[in-house]
Amino acid sequence: MGKSIIEKIWDRHIVNEEENKPDLIYIDLQYIHEVTSPQAFEGLRLKGRKVRRPDRTFATMDHNVPTVNRYFIEDDIARKQLEALEQNCKEFGIRLADLDSPDQGIVHVIGPELGLTQPGMTIVCGDSHTSTHGAFGSIAFGIGTSEVEHVLATQTLWQTKPKTLKLEVNGKLGHGVMAKDVILYVISKFGVDFGTGHIIEYCGEVFRDMSMEERMTVCNMSIEGGARAGLVAPDETTFSYLKGRKYLPKGEEFEQCVQDWKSLSSDEDAVYDQEIILDGSLISPMVSWGTNPGMASGVDGKVPTLAEDIMDPKELNRAIEYMGLEEGMPITEIPVQHVFIGSCTNSRIEDLRQAAGMIDGQTVQKGVRAMVVPGSQSVKRQAEDEGLDEIFKSAGFEWRESGCSMCLSMNPDVVPAGEHCASTSNRNFEGRQGAGARTHLVSPAMAAAAAIHGKFVDIRNLKRTEQVQ
Amino acid sequence: MEPITIYKGRAAALDRKNVDTDQIIPKQFLKRIERSGFGEFLFYNWRFDETGKKRPDFELNQPHNQNTSILIAGENFGCGSSREHAPWSLKDYGFDIIIAPSYADIFKSNCMKNGMVPIALTQTEVNYLMERVSAPDYELTIDLPNQTLKDGQGFETSFEIHPYWKEMLVKGWDEISITLQYDKEISAYESQKKAVSSI
Ligand code: SF4
Repeated sequence: MGKSIIEKIWDRHIVNEEENKPDLIYIDLQYIHEVTSPQAFEGLRLKGRKVRRPDRTFATMDHNVPTVNRYFIEDDIARKQLEALEQNCKEFGIRLADLDSPDQGIVHVIGPELGLTQPGMTIVCGDSHTSTHGAFGSIAFGIGTSEVEHVLATQTLWQTKPKTLKLEVNGKLGHGVMAKDVILYVISKFGVDFGTGHIIEYCGEVFRDMSMEERMTVCNMSIEGGARAGLVAPDETTFSYLKGRKYLPKGEEFEQCVQDWKSLSSDEDAVYDQEIILDGSLISPMVSWGTNPGMASGVDGKVPTLAEDIMDPKELNRAIEYMGLEEGMPITEIPVQHVFIGSCTNSRIEDLRQAAGMIDGQTVQKGVRAMVVPGSQSVKRQAEDEGLDEIFKSAGFEWRESGCSMCLSMNPDVVPAGEHCASTSNRNFEGRQGAGARTHLVSPAMAAAAAIHGKFVDIRNLKRTEQVQ
Repeated sequence: MEPITIYKGRAAALDRKNVDTDQIIPKQFLKRIERSGFGEFLFYNWRFDETGKKRPDFELNQPHNQNTSILIAGENFGCGSSREHAPWSLKDYGFDIIIAPSYADIFKSNCMKNGMVPIALTQTEVNYLMERVSAPDYELTIDLPNQTLKDGQGFETSFEIHPYWKEMLVKGWDEISITLQYDKEISAYESQKKAVSSI
């Protein structure tokens, strides 16, 4: 019986295997940020423990950095968290991309950008969207703070071998349908817990055709389907993205890495615990209407009705009430007052190009507040080199510094209660973007179109301009 | 960690599915750098209105749910963010045991690292308990070594838990000190060829 790439990577990382115990697996790389690490470092200090491999640890500041006036952090406690991270990195010898660093940005944007994330690795971070890094053919998953401490101290974790799920999407995506729509479609079809206990391997033509940015968008949201991790086997797209990045070897040594990475694919006869096969040509641009990412519909669809009996009536009622919608309301009638283009799901250069491509000389609708928050300083620089910032600014979008921003609104960027926000982030939970805020998850192009029209529009009917370098 | 063997307590029912960690502890309370003191923020936006007053209709604000230490909830409890602040706030508020039909993976492991037991029962069993817990004399007994749960009124069931986690919880061990005993194996792994070189 053949093996899947998931099992191959797993097996390569087993440090200890014993009956009645989970596997002790080696962690190649841990990312750290300010919100979920202070208690872990405190734990180390209390027990007099060291960081085993500072060279396999990399830190950044992202979750609560302001995206305007970034050095002026009004919130005392947020500032304390950033100071604690700086202090901890200094004390334990960990590299940190701080606010002054040209490399600073959202952890899941900068890791790949710097070439830290590599195929075949095991990667963890105290953040559930660590699944993003699976786009490179690595096993990457989010952990809690106790596990952060465990990895700092031992560079390992006790983990039961996950089940495997093959998710194959074949065919070609329609015009205007993007990676975000694919993953929202999958979650809306199978629910927010279909992947629990599994690692997903995304296979099929649709994912093969995707750029690295698009694969990251898909893998990022694996956790919204309950899967701790999701991955795409590495291929030429992966290798050419990685070539020349800061932390990768160069020349001959890089080619040797590529040779090794090429062995990372699933055997033809690999057996999975679950398999799902879908047709990509059936997917429409998606909009979430409810309070979890599974509550989403095509932009040409409607808010469900109780009579359709597709979900628990109590849950449906709660969601509709919170979102201020009505049963059976067409998605295109939902008003939009805020637009947020950013987050670890959709804040990379290609996302910004797609959003800018919708603008075509038009301006943001009156009464709509729209902002673009690049995922990293490097994305910001590149977008500015390409003139995207000017396209956004002259259309009336705010152009910000890099960070998590309105994805979870730990910094001052908040959506007021009762207002609707078209957001390229990954969670539409109650209160995520502010108490009472109503979040609708969409692709960057759909978000930009919503900013211009003040409501959701089917971008398949709109003109788009290609934004290429 | 406090060892857990036989545990007795009253339970509160939160009949909602897919309760995410953003609801368990909203992000505005994640900025502390300590592990303690999160209980007062548990389910903050559900427990309190905009003016900070308790919402009387929220389950945990109802009189029969006071002084409970077991929380019974709907499926996929603890989904979303990996924040360990979620179990910290549940524990600090007073919940040591959670009962639900299913859990999100990261939340489940976070609970066990903090000496809390996430027990998975069937939906039917969860419904049965939810209907009864509001009675003032209704108490549940959890026997972790034997993996059973009883209500003292004839209901008894068993639950699954990985033997490794059971031992950790029953003995109240610190996981890192166990792993540090594998130092030789870890070093051996690091020195072999198949290990990814450092970054
Ligand atoms: S952008 Fe949002 S989801 Fe991503 S790491 Fe930041 S807060 Fe988390």
